[in-house]
Amino acid sequence: MSAGYGQVTDWVRRFAAEVGERKGELTKLDQAIGDGDHGSNMDRGLRKAVEKLDTLEGDDVGAALKAVGMALVSSVGGAGGPLYGTFFLQAGQSAAGSSELDTDGFAAAVRAGVDGVRARGKAEPGDKTMLDALIPAADALAEGGDLVTAAERAADAAEEGMRATIPLVARKGRASYLGDRSSGHQDPGATSSALMMRAAAQAFANPS
Amino acid sequence: MKKLINATDDVVREALEGVEAAHGDRLKVSYEPAYVVRADAPFKGKVGVISGGGSGHEPMHGGFVGKGMLDAACPGEVFTSPTPDQMLEATKAVDGGAGVLHIVKNYTGDILNFEMAADLAKGEGIEVTSVVTNDDVAVQDSLYTAGRRGVGVTVLLEKIVGAAAEEGKSLAEITELAQRVNSEGRSMGMALTSCTVPAAGEPTFQLGEDEMEIGIGIHGEPGRERMPLEPADQITERLATAIVDDLPYREGDQVLAFVNGLGGTPLLELYIVYRALKKFLDGRGITIARNLVGPYMTSLEMAGMSITLLRLDDELIRLWDAPVDTPALRWG
Repeated sequence: MSAGYGQVTDWVRRFAAEVGERKGELTKLDQAIGDGDHGSNMDRGLRKAVEKLDTLEGDDVGAALKAVGMALVSSVGGAGGPLYGTFFLQAGQSAAGSSELDTDGFAAAVRAGVDGVRARGKAEPGDKTMLDALIPAADALAEGGDLVTAAERAADAAEEGMRATIPLVARKGRASYLGDRSSGHQDPGATSSALMMRAAAQAFANPS
Repeated sequence: MKKLINATDDVVREALEGVEAAHGDRLKVSYEPAYVVRADAPFKGKVGVISGGGSGHEPMHGGFVGKGMLDAACPGEVFTSPTPDQMLEATKAVDGGAGVLHIVKNYTGDILNFEMAADLAKGEGIEVTSVVTNDDVAVQDSLYTAGRRGVGVTVLLEKIVGAAAEEGKSLAEITELAQRVNSEGRSMGMALTSCTVPAAGEPTFQLGEDEMEIGIGIHGEPGRERMPLEPADQITERLATAIVDDLPYREGDQVLAFVNGLGGTPLLELYIVYRALKKFLDGRGITIARNLVGPYMTSLEMAGMSITLLRLDDELIRLWDAPVDTPALRWG
């Protein structure tokens, strides 16, 4: 089974809706160890991304993901804009020209996105960043199988990675200035990344 | 929250409209994407110098756009980095064929957004170099953090590098000069009160009536320590000692001493600090060759101040003294 254009764009729409609903929660997490703008920044950017999707025509999944990336880059600000923007730009590059994504295609797109985030932010696993949710998700997808099951497994892995950031000490971003005091708090970037992977699992499980 | 605003969402845009209304004779304001640029830019053969960062630090950076300093500045949302499309458009607007220098303060968001902008500008055939300021000595363990924050030296660097660009120096020379200024400067700040980001509506942190935060960041990031309030002379000595010992500045050095207000502290108090700083540096055999006192890099309405020292040589003094004509700094 593959996800068509409708389902792939539904992924972004569900991600946007989820962030919109939980932006207060993301902001609280960010206030604890950052500067408290992650929820409102991501909400603003994803609303722009959905507006952009509404204007697109055609069935090129890669072009849609790239358009989402550009919308995020130009509207989120902070570190989240370039990082999430890079994720979607690279994922879109990987999927360019496709009208649907099978498990391998989705796994390749997520892997390309994660590699892009890693190169842009120069973070390593365990630095208490969004990568701590995204890398386990990409690894889970690489195991293959049916798309819905694989996306489900990736979302679970992302959530596990997100929870595992709680005891970590931040080494990147503003949270790093807190030193040991950043331990005990869940990373807001890993949290929004887990929401993103859960949104994919839900979109692929529901034919649109 | 008690602020002179209309709506929290409109703060940055309406402030830009005010800048345009007040300084439209010399500055142009673009709103989509947002940047402030010299009305007469670009200049053929002159290196373009741009900076940018979150709003809430005024007059930095928009107030430093003008002859002899920045060619353009990109304001983000309050305390949030601007985005690459802003920086790309500003870069194109000031490119006179000699390349463009990006002045970036060391914050993760600023770095990532400016890097993306530089990639995009290079893709359009514009030569771009970047300098990252990281002068805040309050961040001690820079190996396991995002590194030292860029603070007061940014203002001095923008002035000095802007003067060099005005003289027609090449992009390579200007980039090297910018790195040298950053490496010769050190800063540290302290806060008496917090500030309130309009969109947040509540103070960023809480400080007791009798407490101060030593080593505060310009967005209210925690500093080295929170401690009981002391008299101005002792606070000044505390900051100056950390700064002087860090580079270190030595007997016989001549420096530019910059006492910066964070937004809520009156000049009256900043001069009390300057007086104490002068006495302290005299005691160490360090000569203040030039000075700057006032609120130039603020944190909204935060009460507090920062001290920056920049070691000077004859070239840096000449460039500091060169004419400058911006809304916030003007002489010569």
